[in-house]
Amino acid sequence: MPALLEAKGLHAAYGDIRVLHGIDFVVDEGGITALLGANGAGKTTTLRAVCGMVRTQGEVHLGGARIDGRATEDIARLGVAHVPDGRGTFLELTVEENLRLGAYTRRDRQVDAARERVFGYFPKLRERIRQQAGTLSGGEQQMLAIARALLLKPRLLLLDEPSFGLAPLIVKEIFAIMRRINREEGVGILLVEQNASLALQIADRAYLLETGRIVFSGPAAEIRKDESIRRSYLGY
Amino acid sequence: MDGLIHQILSGIATGGIYASVALALVMIYQATHHVNFAQGEMATFSTYIALTLIQAGLSYWVAFAATFVISFVMGVLIERVLMRPMANAPILSSVGVFIGLLLIFSSISGWIFGYTIKTFPSPFETSKPLLGGYVSGHELGSTAVTLVVLLSVYLFFRHTRLGLAMRAAAYNPASARLVGIRVGWMLALGWGLAAGIGAIAGCMVAPIVFLDPNMMAGILLYSFAGALLGGIGNPLGAVLGGFAVGVIENLGGAYLVGTELKLTLALVIIVAVLVVKPSGLLGKAVQSRV
Ligand SMILES: Nc1ncnc2c1ncn2[C@@H]1O[C@H](COP(=O)(O)OP(=O)(O)OP(=O)(O)O)[C@@H](O)[C@H]1O
Ligand SMILES: [Mg+2]
Repeated sequence: MPALLEAKGLHAAYGDIRVLHGIDFVVDEGGITALLGANGAGKTTTLRAVCGMVRTQGEVHLGGARIDGRATEDIARLGVAHVPDGRGTFLELTVEENLRLGAYTRRDRQVDAARERVFGYFPKLRERIRQQAGTLSGGEQQMLAIARALLLKPRLLLLDEPSFGLAPLIVKEIFAIMRRINREEGVGILLVEQNASLALQIADRAYLLETGRIVFSGPAAEIRKDESIRRSYLGY
Repeated sequence: MDGLIHQILSGIATGGIYASVALALVMIYQATHHVNFAQGEMATFSTYIALTLIQAGLSYWVAFAATFVISFVMGVLIERVLMRPMANAPILSSVGVFIGLLLIFSSISGWIFGYTIKTFPSPFETSKPLLGGYVSGHELGSTAVTLVVLLSVYLFFRHTRLGLAMRAAAYNPASARLVGIRVGWMLALGWGLAAGIGAIAGCMVAPIVFLDPNMMAGILLYSFAGALLGGIGNPLGAVLGGFAVGVIENLGGAYLVGTELKLTLALVIIVAVLVVKPSGLLGKAVQSRV
């Protein structure tokens, strides 16, 4: 069986500025891959490269089919939901409208059922349904972003620092929900995180990125146990 | 007193035209942050198409509907062919393209249809005085058409999937792509809709001001003033601003500056808004997200 997502020799650049220098990584079907690294390592850029939001070279395969070079909206329609850096919420629109946009490409009958499941994960959103998204708290906005992404019925979820700017308690809650989503919906996750210890707890694979190159990869459990890597790269 | 009521009511009627064109301007502005200076000339061209169809023997409302569709397609094509390649161009190049578009439409109108002033039929002509003689049948009818257009546009953007997608694409193109919205097409549809609305405004105003290649030049200025007055980033504000400018123009023309100098009122409004409250009466101050 092919991996859910596989990148081979992936390069990415903003104009003349080259950021990724040929990286390889895998997300297994139904697995969670953590992508770690310091500020500016190129984590966000890696997610953008998967979604065709930057100029790339190299190959990206989704379920065995090549998706590199395709338009972002087409990649989304293939089942890749990306919660970007900064969450990508439509701040001027209501929570309800944001959720409807999440399911924009879907024509199937299960959207209502999917909404109910999403409210099961994030009950607070149901209470806030008429509210303008820009007025939500940071934690609620992160929940909305994940909820919106889930309504796309994704095979693969890309999450860019879901813990960013949130209180530790909320972060724990959101990570627990991500793990449930991964199991119950069978969706694969590529998780970018500054909070390495938390990310390694839920991931099965992990990659360590340094200035656009992968310097270490392996099972998450192994990295968690490896003190020298933890000390020198992850700082905990 | 009668004169005053009459001036206000016919101000509302022309204000409806400004409101429609202002809405067309705002729709494109929200999606692209550019003002389409050619909106008026495109509308004039559409009005000529309507006249041609009517003269070819089509009934008024069939010609009207056909003109809307043709203008819509024209707007879509302009976006796809001309504006698309300019998407990331510096602002001055974009302004250049808009002005070029304006000149092209103006000369094509003159070249194909001639520069002589033409009369344009109204479907609402009546000999009976209406509302106690304060308004003409055409003023009443065109106000009704305007209100139907504005309401339909509102319902479309509020309550349809496509309308929501178009708003999302305008507010946040990057996120819109991530949920699978074809942002380029949404822009093109916006141009189509704006061109269609402009065409309706052209057909409604032509019986009053007569049709010539420069028919919409002054109207665009009033509409722009209306859009700025209400808030160029706020569709509802722009519509109300359009109506307000219509009334201000009529009253000012009758009691203040005279018909010849009316157009300067538009300039006064534009300058005043830009100096006092650039975001307009209903607009939010421009915020930059950090
Ligand atoms: N739009 C852009 N244009 C030019 N350079 C960019 C752009 N976005 C990012 N970069 C550069 O690419 C490099 C990698 O950035 P990226 O955002 O991918 O890092 P990151 O690992 O996500 O960092 P952080 O942890 O701070 O989010 C940085 O040097 C950054 O300056
Ligand atoms: Mg980042």
